[in-house]
Amino acid sequence: MAQVSIRVNGRVRKGDVEPRLLLAHFLREHLNLTGTHVGCDTSQCGACTVLIDGRSAKSCTIFAVQADGCDVTTIEGLARDGQLHPLQEGFWEEHGLQCGYCTPGMIMSAVDLLNDNPTPSERDIREGIAGNFCRCTGYQHIVNAIQYAANKAARK
Amino acid sequence: MYAAEFNYLRASSLAEAHRLLAANPGAKLLAGGHSLIPLLKLRLAAPPAVIDIGRIAELRGIARRGDDLRIGALTTHAEIAASAEVRKSAAALAEAAAGVGDPAVRNRGTIGGNVAHADPASDLPTVLVALEGAVVAAGPKGERTIPAAEFFTGVMTTALRDHEIVAAVLVPMATRGVGSAYTKFAHPASRYAVVGAAALVAVNKGTCAEVRVAVGGLVPHARRASAVERALSGQPAEAASFAAAAARVRDDLGSDVLGDIFASAEYRAAMAPVYVKRALAAAAARAGLA
Repeated sequence: MAQVSIRVNGRVRKGDVEPRLLLAHFLREHLNLTGTHVGCDTSQCGACTVLIDGRSAKSCTIFAVQADGCDVTTIEGLARDGQLHPLQEGFWEEHGLQCGYCTPGMIMSAVDLLNDNPTPSERDIREGIAGNFCRCTGYQHIVNAIQYAANKAARK
Repeated sequence: MYAAEFNYLRASSLAEAHRLLAANPGAKLLAGGHSLIPLLKLRLAAPPAVIDIGRIAELRGIARRGDDLRIGALTTHAEIAASAEVRKSAAALAEAAAGVGDPAVRNRGTIGGNVAHADPASDLPTVLVALEGAVVAAGPKGERTIPAAEFFTGVMTTALRDHEIVAAVLVPMATRGVGSAYTKFAHPASRYAVVGAAALVAVNKGTCAEVRVAVGGLVPHARRASAVERALSGQPAEAASFAAAAARVRDDLGSDVLGDIFASAEYRAAMAPVYVKRALAAAAARAGLA
């Protein structure tokens, strides 16, 4: 077993883990943060996307021990004081989801995208979520949702 | 999917990594993990120990070394794609790095892991072979530099010796009048190269003075396309010559073209001239701007 100490959504979480434990399973099974989904389990679909030290990463392809000492943000860490994050609000307003399975990963990738590029074009958005698969929406409403969040930030 | 059990060891310096490698026969090195972890999860690899080199500071960063850029092994694809220095001096490498996988993969995957893994469908080896780059291998007793053309020797096979660690990749910096480009037919889900083509073209008074081309994705390891290079050298830098030269890539492919359930060998071979032509045209256009 290995000891890890990971700051998850602002709170330091310690645990004894097997080295082979994936970060996705640490979040879901050790911390009960089940908003991070596991889809393909092969780093293609992006359902497991979280932020590690502010950058998007697929938590099915990182061992929890590799994130020791890091700052991890999951979908549960976005809302503040009961207020949805602008991206969460965008997905709500623009009907950015149907079944919702891809949504947490989609939003975490969009957070990284907007951090880098607060005023993305449609093409930038599509490239930003290239590693996130949605089998319901056809993506258009997801693109609209991310644009909504970008526009909202720009109005401030 | 769970990997088989392994001992996890973290190295904080190259020297410590060498000590751990010597003490743990069969151990695998872990950097960004985006090549190794999928193999571990599929249990295609089950090493007794995994040595995490992902925090070794001396393996990071991009610096000028003489006429080369030295790119530390732990530099991520995202860092390479965003580097003004790489974009200016080795445009094909920045372009290839920007097209690896997707943003989250590029945030974790490293150039050192990429070349050590030597997946035939990978992008960076093709660029390194075309640009005549090299791999710096650090052994317990010092470094040696292996030209990219000699480093990649087969499917997931390299010239790296036991106990050697990829420390950096060297890429010659483009000079005036030289352009480079990388194009690929990306697999729609993984973004791996079904066919990849890298080109470097030096244009002098409208003529292709020097031409270097490499193909990857459809062959066991990235290789130079010398028939294309010969066909274009001395020819005018224009669309007709790019197309004519690119058609010669069939002579460079030989009998070992790879096929799989996504794309047959015949299909890949038929697509190769298309991507070689595009790479040549893009490289020549950049040469005009440089």
